[in-house]
Amino acid sequence: MKVPPPPSGKVELPVALSLALLADMLRIRRMEEKCAELYGEGKIRGFLHLYIGEEAVAAGAMRALAPEDNIVATYREHGHALLRGVSMDRIMAEMYGKREGCSGGRGGSMHLFDAAARFYGGNAIVGGGLPLAAGLALAAKLKKESRITACFFGEGAVAEGAFHESMNLAQLWRLPVAYFCENNLYAMGTALERSESQTDLCAKAASYGMATLKADGMDVAAVHKTAQRAREHVATKGPVFVEFQTYRFRAHSMFDPELYRDKGEVEAWKERGPLHTFSARLKAQGDLTEGRFLELDRAAQAEVDKAVAFAEAGTREPAEDLAKDVTTPS
Amino acid sequence: MIEFKMPSLGADMDEGKLLEWKVKPGDTVKRGDLVAVVETPKAAVDVEIWQEGVIEELVAKPGETVPVGGVLAHLRGAAEPKEAPAKPAAEPEPRPEAKPAPAPGATRHLVSPAARKHARELGVDVEQLPGSGPHGAVTVEDVENAAKGAPKKEAAPPPDKLAAMRKAIAAAMSRSKREIPHYYLSQAIPMQRAADWLTAQNEKRPVADRLLMGALQLKAVALALKDFPDLNGFWRDNALQPAPGIHVGVAISLRQGGLIAPAIHDVAELGLDELMKALADLVRRARAGSLRSSEMSDPTVTVTNLGDQGVDAVFPVIYPPQLAIVGFGRLAPRPWAEDGMTGAVPVVVASLAGDHRASDGHRGARFLAALAALLQEPEKL
Amino acid sequence: MSAISYREALRLALDEALEKDERVFLMGEDVGRYGGTYAVSKGLLEKYGSERVRDTPLSELGFVGAGIGAALGGMRPIVEVMTVNFSLLALDQIVNTAALLRHMSGGQFSVPLVVRMATGAGRQLAAQHSHSLEGWYAHIPGIRIVAPATVEDARGMLGAALADPDPVLVFEYPALFETKGEASGGKVDIASSKVRREGSRVTLVTYGGCLPKAMQAAEQVDGEVIDLRVLRPLDMAPVVGSLKKTRRAVVVDEGWRSGGLAAEVMARIMEQAFYELDAPVARVCSEEVPVPYAKHLEEAALPQTEKIVAAAQGLFA
Repeated sequence: MKVPPPPSGKVELPVALSLALLADMLRIRRMEEKCAELYGEGKIRGFLHLYIGEEAVAAGAMRALAPEDNIVATYREHGHALLRGVSMDRIMAEMYGKREGCSGGRGGSMHLFDAAARFYGGNAIVGGGLPLAAGLALAAKLKKESRITACFFGEGAVAEGAFHESMNLAQLWRLPVAYFCENNLYAMGTALERSESQTDLCAKAASYGMATLKADGMDVAAVHKTAQRAREHVATKGPVFVEFQTYRFRAHSMFDPELYRDKGEVEAWKERGPLHTFSARLKAQGDLTEGRFLELDRAAQAEVDKAVAFAEAGTREPAEDLAKDVTTPS
Repeated sequence: MIEFKMPSLGADMDEGKLLEWKVKPGDTVKRGDLVAVVETPKAAVDVEIWQEGVIEELVAKPGETVPVGGVLAHLRGAAEPKEAPAKPAAEPEPRPEAKPAPAPGATRHLVSPAARKHARELGVDVEQLPGSGPHGAVTVEDVENAAKGAPKKEAAPPPDKLAAMRKAIAAAMSRSKREIPHYYLSQAIPMQRAADWLTAQNEKRPVADRLLMGALQLKAVALALKDFPDLNGFWRDNALQPAPGIHVGVAISLRQGGLIAPAIHDVAELGLDELMKALADLVRRARAGSLRSSEMSDPTVTVTNLGDQGVDAVFPVIYPPQLAIVGFGRLAPRPWAEDGMTGAVPVVVASLAGDHRASDGHRGARFLAALAALLQEPEKL
Repeated sequence: MSAISYREALRLALDEALEKDERVFLMGEDVGRYGGTYAVSKGLLEKYGSERVRDTPLSELGFVGAGIGAALGGMRPIVEVMTVNFSLLALDQIVNTAALLRHMSGGQFSVPLVVRMATGAGRQLAAQHSHSLEGWYAHIPGIRIVAPATVEDARGMLGAALADPDPVLVFEYPALFETKGEASGGKVDIASSKVRREGSRVTLVTYGGCLPKAMQAAEQVDGEVIDLRVLRPLDMAPVVGSLKKTRRAVVVDEGWRSGGLAAEVMARIMEQAFYELDAPVARVCSEEVPVPYAKHLEEAALPQTEKIVAAAQGLFA
């Protein structure tokens, strides 16, 4: 596949918002780099799916959503949880399997949850969150609430029946749900064109009569504006499907030797990296100085250090409590 | 390769103990040959073989307990070569057919978990206790009975064999009373003509060949049953299964206690002399403990006669899965009116217990009437 | 109080639930216009409208998942999956989401979802429409499995299921739809198993569509019949109590024998009542074949009264 040129041109956003988006992306990046390191040390176990390279999607989208909205995400959801307001401390503690984690240590990397943030997980079944999001939207509609539900998922999910059933239900019932597809071109190791007869993802959603949008997922400004339009459409008209074209810089998970893609392709996409292209554009238009960048980076790094300390200091749930939270205590 | 298996010698038999082989490897056997002696809870039984061929291997060893259907021996059929044509100098193949696993309970005295617990509480030694449960397992009831001090240990010899027979009778009779809705009918039958005829017959015969009234009664029962397939056969799988022949089980009480009811085959077809011989032979062998397997498994109806003990009438319990049992009380003079004359004539009370699932009282009554009529014409028997 | 049918009891329960709580809505294939495949929801669309009696596409995975989402969003959905056979298409959402969410979220999100489905064979519907898979679902922690076998339970269990903060799967038995009985309308629990007939010789443990067969068998063998009612979590106390009296048990289960619910009940008897037993525990299950179409073969494949009687009698020497 031909790699498009890096995002360029003027960033048409208020400076404060631009810097906030940059800070968001930096927080995810630094947190996840640390996660990779901690995985190597054996502090984090299980599956660990890193979002590095894709940060612009979560950053741009989250700031387009309202606090009352519901979020449904996938197993590559550290960034979404963080930007939705789940503290890095509690995310890190969760990955450590500590009681102080946002899921009490029961979920781990793939199952971050937070009721206060209306963050409904953390679903490790590909496509599993899509019907759930439709249902959350149905409840909001029946209760005449103004909230929408934003559902993040990868392009691998479009092969699942759950995707098609959810598209149909959402459009049939005009549910207030935004389906945000993070198309990073690979379902684990299988390239889109090797798994789909129709590679135009918007065409799939459109076949259900659903409104569709598309944006460069490496350009946080473009993501943000598109997500704003999407939320507006959902809140007033009905469901929408948005394709964000992005790229994962690291392996699918910590078990992945990356035999399926070319190092050259990865390097070419890194040229399009959301952090350095966005900061370069901000610097070019005078909205960002190197000093300010370093300041944001140091803050992110400090947050990571604090989160690691918090997780390290966390406590282990006693095994006697094992049966807790399987069902609601009567 | 033909397998000769432990036969079922009665509905209540789950396993049998091989006592003795009457053949050895290399012997040629044909249908009906007696090849082994097997001990069942009721008796030692000579087992016939229903296949033909040459004994290849005796799988079971004397003393071994084998479940019904378990392989006792392998036979080579007449047409089979002695050995499968083997590749020359081929390495010996492992024989896949392993010996049958020892029957459950063959080596272990079965005690139900509840009985074991209860026995501990009551201080009863379960290992010495005969069981009445499934596969002969000791149950709570057995333990409770033992705790009440029921059977003394130094009872009649051999206690375990007797107990086993008692147990088998208990099981069969309990099943009968649990499953079979019995109806009972009885009819007093004047026996003057039969008695006169018998006296006349026996006067002509040497003592050894004399006929007994019991033989007459057996024959009459068998002939009467010809028209009553619903009284001669079995109740199986919720359906009446009439028997093709009339094989009358004769209830024989054993001296050491207990009861056995082996069959005389095709009684209706036997002449009275043959029947008398068969009856005498059967009683002798039953008491000697050498019955044939087919005699144990084949009865299609049972006759019990307790007249010798002085009872007027018998109200017997059907031996499942049979459909009926006929009882005879004592033959004794009673006042009897016939053709307006009253006199004392020998009378016997014949009774019938029938399985109400298979037949109704109306049928049973007609059977007794037919039996009575046959006994009025003894010369035709 | 007059007798009503099991089917009428189910409808009455739905009607009462919709009437009582604004958050309750019914969703499923043909529950509205059609009136429900088994006519259980007949008339409810007219009474409550299409928002609350909601027809869905043939999309079991989608609408069961949507039910989970709606439950999370504050509603009390009753999702009807026409039959257990089709629930296999929704298995992922039931097992991977509904059952796990509370646990995975460290207790933050309960899923107050009710899924109803018809189950069982006996109507010559052939292999793909005759499954009895309650035992599969009962394997899964995080969901409650209930099996109303009486008219009273058919009416009462739905309300109890809706009151449960966690997912409840209600298995309904078309084989029982025409049975008549009294339904008080009072509260019933979805926690206990119950003695349906007292007896002294053998304990017959069953649930759902096999209950009438077990009751008939009990007449012949002096059996004590226990209706499990709730298949997860199992309430073994009445079973153990009964065994102390009878010391013998037959478990009757329309599911297949291997790895089935009957096996679980038997295992628990071993664990909890081993020393009460006078005979090995027996079971009567469906034969290990797909359920055939031909009537005589279907009958041969399923537990029947005679098989139960025979199994019970086999526990005695």
